[in-house]
Amino acid sequence: MPRNPDIQSVLIIGSGPIVIGQACEFDYSGSQAARSLREEGIEVSLINSNPATIMTDPVMADHIYLLPLTVESLEQILKERPIDAVLPTMGGQTALNLCKEADEAGLWEEYDVKIIGVDIDAIEKTENREEFRQLMLDIGVPVAPSRIANSFLEGKEAAEEIGFPLVIRPSYTLGGSGGAFVHKKEDFDALLTRGLNASPTHEVLVEKAVIGWKEYELELLRDHNDNVAIICTIENFDPMGIHTGDSITVAPAMTLSDTAYQKMRNAAILMMRSIGNFAGGCNVQFSMDPDTEDLIAIEINPRVSRSSALASKATGYPIARIAAKMAIGYNLDELQNQITLSTSAYFEPTLDYVIVKIPKWNFEKFQGANRELGLQMKSVGEVMAIGRSFNEALQKACQSLEIGRSGLESPKPTRDLDALMHKLEHPSWDRLFAVREALAMGVPVKSVQKATRIDRWFLLQIQHLVKLEAEVKRYTLPLIPAELFRELKQNGFSDVQIANLLGNGVTEAEVRARRKSFGLNRVWKMVDTCAAEFEAQTPYFYSTYDQENESIRSEKPKVVVLGSGPNRIGQGIEFDYSCVHGLLAAREAGFEAIMVNCNPETVSTDFNMADKLYFEPVFWEHLLDIIEHEQPEGVIVQLGGQTALKLSKQLQEHSIRIFGTSYENMDLAEDRGRFSDLLKALDIPYPKYGVSETAEEAIEIAREVGYPVLVRPSYVLGGQGMRIVINEEELESAVIDLLKSLPGNRVLIDHFLDRAEEAEVDCIFDGDETHLLAVMEHIEPAGIHSGDSHSVLPSFSLSESALKQIEVYTERLARALDIRGLMNVQFAIKNDKVYVIEANPRASRTVPFIAKAYGVPYVNIATKVMLGTHKLKDFVIEKKLEGYAIKEPVFSFNKFPEVSKALGPEMKSTGEAIRFIRHLRDPYFRRLSREKSMYLSR
Amino acid sequence: MSPFFIFKNMSFLEKVPAVLLLEDGTVFHGFSAGKIGTAVGELCFNTGVTGYQEIFTDPSYKGQLMVTAHVHIGNYGVKQAENESGKVQINGLICRNFQLIGSRTLADEQLQDFLVNESLVAITNVDTRALVRHLRTHGAMNGVISSEVVAINKLQVILKEAPSMEGLELSSQVSTQSVYELGDSSNRKVAVIDYGVKRSILDCLVQADLHLRVFPHNTSASQIQEWGAVGVLLSNGPGDPAAMPNHVANLKELLSLNIPVMGICLGHQLMALAQGLTTIKMHHGHRGINHPVKNLETGLCEITSQNHGFTIEADSISRNPHAIVTHVNLNDATIEGLRYLETPFFSVQYHPEASPGPHDSRYLFNQFANLLA
Repeated sequence: MPRNPDIQSVLIIGSGPIVIGQACEFDYSGSQAARSLREEGIEVSLINSNPATIMTDPVMADHIYLLPLTVESLEQILKERPIDAVLPTMGGQTALNLCKEADEAGLWEEYDVKIIGVDIDAIEKTENREEFRQLMLDIGVPVAPSRIANSFLEGKEAAEEIGFPLVIRPSYTLGGSGGAFVHKKEDFDALLTRGLNASPTHEVLVEKAVIGWKEYELELLRDHNDNVAIICTIENFDPMGIHTGDSITVAPAMTLSDTAYQKMRNAAILMMRSIGNFAGGCNVQFSMDPDTEDLIAIEINPRVSRSSALASKATGYPIARIAAKMAIGYNLDELQNQITLSTSAYFEPTLDYVIVKIPKWNFEKFQGANRELGLQMKSVGEVMAIGRSFNEALQKACQSLEIGRSGLESPKPTRDLDALMHKLEHPSWDRLFAVREALAMGVPVKSVQKATRIDRWFLLQIQHLVKLEAEVKRYTLPLIPAELFRELKQNGFSDVQIANLLGNGVTEAEVRARRKSFGLNRVWKMVDTCAAEFEAQTPYFYSTYDQENESIRSEKPKVVVLGSGPNRIGQGIEFDYSCVHGLLAAREAGFEAIMVNCNPETVSTDFNMADKLYFEPVFWEHLLDIIEHEQPEGVIVQLGGQTALKLSKQLQEHSIRIFGTSYENMDLAEDRGRFSDLLKALDIPYPKYGVSETAEEAIEIAREVGYPVLVRPSYVLGGQGMRIVINEEELESAVIDLLKSLPGNRVLIDHFLDRAEEAEVDCIFDGDETHLLAVMEHIEPAGIHSGDSHSVLPSFSLSESALKQIEVYTERLARALDIRGLMNVQFAIKNDKVYVIEANPRASRTVPFIAKAYGVPYVNIATKVMLGTHKLKDFVIEKKLEGYAIKEPVFSFNKFPEVSKALGPEMKSTGEAIRFIRHLRDPYFRRLSREKSMYLSR
Repeated sequence: MSPFFIFKNMSFLEKVPAVLLLEDGTVFHGFSAGKIGTAVGELCFNTGVTGYQEIFTDPSYKGQLMVTAHVHIGNYGVKQAENESGKVQINGLICRNFQLIGSRTLADEQLQDFLVNESLVAITNVDTRALVRHLRTHGAMNGVISSEVVAINKLQVILKEAPSMEGLELSSQVSTQSVYELGDSSNRKVAVIDYGVKRSILDCLVQADLHLRVFPHNTSASQIQEWGAVGVLLSNGPGDPAAMPNHVANLKELLSLNIPVMGICLGHQLMALAQGLTTIKMHHGHRGINHPVKNLETGLCEITSQNHGFTIEADSISRNPHAIVTHVNLNDATIEGLRYLETPFFSVQYHPEASPGPHDSRYLFNQFANLLA
């Protein structure tokens, strides 16, 4: 069936602020859907309250509504604009729930809007645990024995019947909220209560636990003709018991025979066909008994999911893009494979590489959180790596995580076997590393398997790494045989990692030089959906050590844009927004734009965004090899957050040009000591401070600068480890803690401006002229991390004099640091005196918010200034805002019920929303404002 | 030649260097897996992620050097019950990462042991993607792999002696020599002509409640008529259909009986030849488990398992006004299925029995059963 001509105008619902369990993968799917529909000539409207997204950018949709995701907002849009259909499958559970709510309220019917891409009954069938179970039984797909409970008493009865261990799964929740494994009867009551409370319908499923079974996910697409294709099969490295969002996952499935796989494929197709007749994407999860290969269905999600984003990046098959086309009527066989552009979209991608996804956790931000992994998702981001073997992909994924590992290695391996075995049995963020340590210590594969239930195949691969480590340690660098070197590199060992193994002061540079002397160079292979069977047109590459290189260098001048790596608290989707705009701007300025990033959830790793995408760790060795191969004019480090910025030193050392502000000046802004000297020289007030390396020094400094003081390490993200202390006793313990967790770091002691107001500025400087994007005034006082504060734009209460000081200081700093491009400056204002707290010489978290609030493409402008192709005077900047825009932080505390919700200098929010108000009498603002005065009087 | 041992005293692969030489002179280096030795054959690649065991034992691959695009081979060992024939049929294996130890509770043995017992020569650590790209660009060609002779000039001599696949008849080498029966004898009788039949085709027919008698490749129509078959299945098999004129002559006779006939792969090609169409060698064939096929009669699509290096020449369709294209490949528009008007004959180029591959097309066995008296 070709495109439905009745659909001319579509509304896409976004997923709102980032929370744990629903992150920027929906920005990727929403953006893809919008583009896919627009190229069909459809007018696309989009609603999302999240200003940091690419999807809410004018380049993506025709009409953007930055409104709260409520039925009222939907109605407002429908009143304003004729909408033929709503596509709710691109915005995760949030969008589906909103669509359903609107449906129940009769909104779609009233405005004659067709729901496309999903069938409301299908959602009902899949989310209501009891209906799902019954449906599976009807079609003959086994499920785990279970019972539904709507009350505490029913839950108790169910547990009695099913026995322990069991699982509690609340109905209609996100990211496994409220779900739990219950091993012992004693724990049941509390967890049952929590589960019932987590479900909006006060309903849980009590299910027999199949702990230790293997876990798989299939990504499916179906069209109106009922043609189904399996786009990707994902195997969980971690067996049943850990939420798939918290599991290390591998594609394609590594340990499935064809017999076992086809059984799963048949069941998945049967399941998808049983849940209504809609066209779109779908995700099915299975569990398999490793001994008998018996299958049970875990769940089915009839929408684009987190795994769809991963599957799209893993295979090169753009699921959301194709799902959107099907939603408007196309069948799969009428569409083209987006990568080969010569074959059909109806096919099943096949891989000639392995991908490994590892989640990224931020437990250090949630002091007191239960760090054990289970049914409820706790990670805040993820990395994906591609290699020509599992080991290569695994080690590249470790290099991508930015947790101070240069591969699958442990800087300080424990000698405590009991502690290690405990880690294997009680999985947390570091279980993968514990597996390697245990094997290195000589624990047999069998015992590791018994403790972890991880499939033996994966453990054998890791054991191979351990054997290679032992082998390389027998040599000194000059004596490593070429063949061993090659094997090390093919198994993903980084040069630093090899240097670490060799010890004796061997450096990365020496290992690199030796490697090159053997002619062991990285090559890049293409991700092409078809294992090279057909010629592909897609510039999507990953590196490996093999014979042939497929990434051909063009003669065009090039810019490399460094991505921001995995999402984490303090560095999330906002930086992806900036990277994508950086790419687009660089292309407009006549450059070939090359992206380097490893985060599968993002739009920047969509192969349509850059001229060339290297899906690689944002890790020095990989980057240097890309740069040596591509020979770009320079590198943009300002857009990818701290991840990109911290590579600038090495770029500088290798004489690689950094576009924009120079390394020396960025370093000056980052180095607290030298920065304060600069402020002093510029006659800009700043809180008194000192730098210490011991607790004794810290106490002395604190006496000098005066309590309360702010204690923090230098060079960290999102205020990590930052604390405000009021006396010597607190100070001592804070400093000792810091030095323990970040050894070798220097501790900064600042006088804390108590009860001061806080404001921040983003600006662009082009060498001649400064442009202030905005002055944002925080509702919360200084002392609460800016990322956790409500900020209001423009400022609503600062005096003329304060605003003038802010402007003057910003300009003075921009000139002194010779900024080219963006800078963010944070201020504290007390008694109308403005102090500079810090300056960040890069795109900040707030840039997308300002761009959305004012409707100005600031990153585009800043990138062109960085590249030197344009000056500020080349742009007409027109700020369009009536009233005020407020950035509202959003938290994921419900995932960590045991953690204190108190805010402080360390950032804890996971996302943000934007809210527009016409005037300060707005009730929303008045409530915030009352809270502010409360804070200030405390 | 001194083997390079990385892991002395460990159960790891002892790294014996091995070489792959292509007809056009291209050389790839790697290490030995399977048996130490030398093997020649036509190179073909398979892009499937699962199903290496089924592929290696599929008689249609007789005499070929198999390049597996999936980077890990051997992950789940070998299970006897999943063999497609009594032995390994390929001549050699070329892969990226050969796994000495796989993981599957239900497996009977490791792939390495299986291959050594079956005397199969394999080479691992090859840039298989580069090789697939090479074959995609330059087309199918012969090659030689060796873990005992590494001197290129000697391999060139060996390679010269290898016959070209074009014009090669191979069914006689893989077909059963004597008839045998399967299925409940009270069911309807179907004759299977074994040009190199896969076990799972027989399984699918038995599951469709048919009584099978499997005949050798050169069986005459009268022998089948004598047995009283109500239908005939022309199986898959290796080699060039154009090199089988006697088989085609037999088939012409068989078709004159006008009982339902279903052809699969080589069987499809032979039936087409018997109906006056022609076959041609493809540039590099279809081998994988993800090929999209559209059924033109129902409008529905199926993901199919494919393994063929020859195909029906599209222009030759016009020579037989009775030939109707029922299935077409969505990637390259090649003919995937035919039926012949006013006859109960139909055939498909792909493998509805799958194994390995999706089961989307198994409906064809029921379609066949429904035609039977």
